[in-house]
Amino acid sequence: MELTGEYRIAAPRQQVWEALNDAEVLQACIPGCQELEKTSDTEMLAKVTLKIGPVKATFGGEVELVNIDAPKSYTIQGEGKGGIAGFAKGSADVVLAEDGDDTILTYNASAEVGGKLAQLGNRLIQSTARKLAAAFFDNFHERLNQSTPEDA
Amino acid sequence: MTTGIGNPVKRKEDRRFTTGRGRYTDDVRNDNQAYAAFVRSPHAHARVKSIDTKAALAMEGVIDVLNGKQLTGDGIGNLICGWAISSKDGSPMNMGAWSALATEKVRYVGDAVAVVIAETQALARIAAEAVEVDYETLPVAASLTAAMAKGAPQIHDNAPGNLIYDWGLGDEAAADAGLKAAKHVTTLDLTNNRLSPNPMEPRSAVASYDAAEEHYTLYTTSQNPHVARLVLSAFYNVAPEHKLRVIAPDVGGGFGSKIYIYPEEITCLWASMKTNRSVKWTSDRSEAFLTDMHGRDHVTTAQMGFDENGKITGFKVDTIANLGAYMSLFSSSVPTYLYAPLMSGQYDIQNIYCNVRAVYTNTVPVDAYRGAGRPEAAYLVERMMETAARELNMDPAELRRRNFVQSFPHQTPVLMAYDAGDFPKLLDMAQKSADVAGFPARKAEAAKRGKLRGLGYSTFIEACGLAPSKAAGSLGAGVGLWESAEVRVNPVGSIEVLTGSHSHGQGHETTFAQIVAERFDIPVENVSIVHGDTDKVQFGMGTYGSRSAPVGMSAVVKAMDKVEAKVKKIAAHALEASEDDLVIEGGAVKVKGTDKQMLWHEVGLAAYTAHNLPDGMEPGLKETAFFDPVNFSFPSGAFICEVEVDPDTGVTEIVQFVAADDFGTIINPMIVEGQVHGGVAQGIGQAMMEQVVYDDNGQLLTGSYMDYTMPRAADLPFYKVSHQVTPSPNNPLGVKGCGEAGAIGAPPAVINAITDAIGNNHLNMPATAHAVWQAIRAGKSAMAAE
Repeated sequence: MELTGEYRIAAPRQQVWEALNDAEVLQACIPGCQELEKTSDTEMLAKVTLKIGPVKATFGGEVELVNIDAPKSYTIQGEGKGGIAGFAKGSADVVLAEDGDDTILTYNASAEVGGKLAQLGNRLIQSTARKLAAAFFDNFHERLNQSTPEDA
Repeated sequence: MTTGIGNPVKRKEDRRFTTGRGRYTDDVRNDNQAYAAFVRSPHAHARVKSIDTKAALAMEGVIDVLNGKQLTGDGIGNLICGWAISSKDGSPMNMGAWSALATEKVRYVGDAVAVVIAETQALARIAAEAVEVDYETLPVAASLTAAMAKGAPQIHDNAPGNLIYDWGLGDEAAADAGLKAAKHVTTLDLTNNRLSPNPMEPRSAVASYDAAEEHYTLYTTSQNPHVARLVLSAFYNVAPEHKLRVIAPDVGGGFGSKIYIYPEEITCLWASMKTNRSVKWTSDRSEAFLTDMHGRDHVTTAQMGFDENGKITGFKVDTIANLGAYMSLFSSSVPTYLYAPLMSGQYDIQNIYCNVRAVYTNTVPVDAYRGAGRPEAAYLVERMMETAARELNMDPAELRRRNFVQSFPHQTPVLMAYDAGDFPKLLDMAQKSADVAGFPARKAEAAKRGKLRGLGYSTFIEACGLAPSKAAGSLGAGVGLWESAEVRVNPVGSIEVLTGSHSHGQGHETTFAQIVAERFDIPVENVSIVHGDTDKVQFGMGTYGSRSAPVGMSAVVKAMDKVEAKVKKIAAHALEASEDDLVIEGGAVKVKGTDKQMLWHEVGLAAYTAHNLPDGMEPGLKETAFFDPVNFSFPSGAFICEVEVDPDTGVTEIVQFVAADDFGTIINPMIVEGQVHGGVAQGIGQAMMEQVVYDDNGQLLTGSYMDYTMPRAADLPFYKVSHQVTPSPNNPLGVKGCGEAGAIGAPPAVINAITDAIGNNHLNMPATAHAVWQAIRAGKSAMAAE
């Protein structure tokens, strides 16, 4: 499954980049994220609860940042196991471009699911993934605005 | 007598089924009941690196968590395929190892790696989720194309290129010469879509180990409990046969999927010994989609040649069969000996060659499903005939008539010797019933409403009554395919028939009683049929391949012959008459032309009191017989389907469906009609709705009824069912078997009707509205290009 999107964020690129590398920010923004713990500069352990169609599960897994070209782009990739619900793995190429004072974030994501998730939820995965991505960037946007009160 | 052969006796078993009193495996509850839940792979192909059971074992109420290394360590054998097929070069089939719980590798999504035994079913499932399995994923070959590609992932080390066998039947040179000599050659590429069996009752097993007796009891959803005991004992080393009782109580449908011995039964038996608890497992519907053996899944290219008179000159078939990740119990025989020998159809074809390659993929195993091989053959042959007729500008019925076998027995070039039939007359009956003469007017009327109306035929043959043991053995079968029966006349005259056939929807408790009622002229209520328990019934090969009537009932008839002989001896002695003067009628043994008689129950009582038996006669009145058929039986059918297609949407409605069948003697016409209805419904399901889909990663996308479409009442027409009777000469009742005909004959009739309506022969099953719509568009653009 492929997913692409573009967001305009009212914050300078460096600030967006830092937020994208901040485990605390990511945890607050990822829908259903219960834990996100940095194990190195580029690796994190995550626990995320998701509901896709009739399947609700908590996924535990590792998230890694690769292809880092600060502050312009990275690839975030991860794999989560949801027990009997199956597994999900995916990656997203994230690119940040400056546009005046704003930053244009584009992403190109691919995901793969298996087990019960695929068996029962496959029709709903695309729409759910789109919704989750939208929720993440809405949260992210809001969070950045909060942390830059001088812009308000 | 109104309950004997040929009467529509109401099913004796339906009272309990329709009032919720059926007793199924999941209804069994033992005192020390524990429950099993399987830990299944979410990956289609992966190495099992480690299994961490700590968290699961720590849960309160979890009794044990067991894995494949323990299972094989205890000497439990691998699952096997019981029919040995050799490749053309003489090499044996490449059977890969299959442990009930995977040890090194998982090969399909749903492959079990461990089992949790817990106090409740819910707890077992929760604990199964807590078992951490570390997988190293491997590249996946989920389709035939992927599995046969160069450099494809190797699923079993001993099957290079994932090829299980490359087998052939017939004379290739003769078929080539026949095609070369032909005036016209019809070529078709077809797929036979993969199906999920979906019996109403999911699979279940309750295994108990009695440590005092070192004895196991297994309740299981099986079509053949004795075969299950034999295989569990002889190949899987679970227990010796005399220490294992297998009971298949009421079973809610099988369609083939409950013939096989699955990993779950083996694991439950072994786990009951390991934990000293009775262990129950019942599949839920999701598990059934993932783990019940699938059916069909062929890709075929075929050529059929015709001379200037429309006579077939040669037929050449090249089929690739997907057997999934492992070789299930009878999987190898389905695309070979249950398929290629049917390539002659109802036609006199002298030159036939059929090549079949069987291939492993990372999907659930594929085995027999209602019809098993014969639907695939009928679909191919009947689509070839219809397509050829269109290419030759001939009436498809006329092309068939020119090629029909006219006299019997008829030896085909592909092993089979057809027993009896009258194909032209059967087609006459179907055409009359379908009012084929009125079709052009109906088509014109439909056109006024903007609908495309089409008519399609299927005149098919099947081989039922599996099977002559010697012939089956010479073709690689690991078992004999006879059947056994015991007929017990009790001292009060009531009769118990113990049969190795198993009823899981077929109505044996009624039809088997009818043949006894007919023979001894007593009410069916006085006859009970005992089946499904290895401790009660001497032995049996079970029910599949429409064999219960031709083989199972024949054994009962043989046993009744012996009973009758003894009854006559007892009565002749008591009545001081000659055996030759005795007749059994009206509930008594009578001396012809006199008023001397012994009532039926008096004979029974005499046999057991033994006060007045002929000198030297053993007391008692029960006889056993084994019947081994001398040939298959060959039911034939002529189906005609009429459809209306909406050209704008592709939505197709079956507006008429005619099924004219020749099942030989009919025991109970109501039950036979029910079998035809059910079979045709499944055939229409395959033709228009059902399709198992795996994605490229081997994930099952049709894992629920949201995505796997079963036919419903509103999708199906009212059927016009009729019968012709040409008795089979190869069994005492002249029966041929009726359980699979509908599923075998219906798919080609439906697709031939739709392709007729839309004017494009290239349409694969399932013909969903989308597929039909695309075929209409493709047909139009092909015409535009010409």
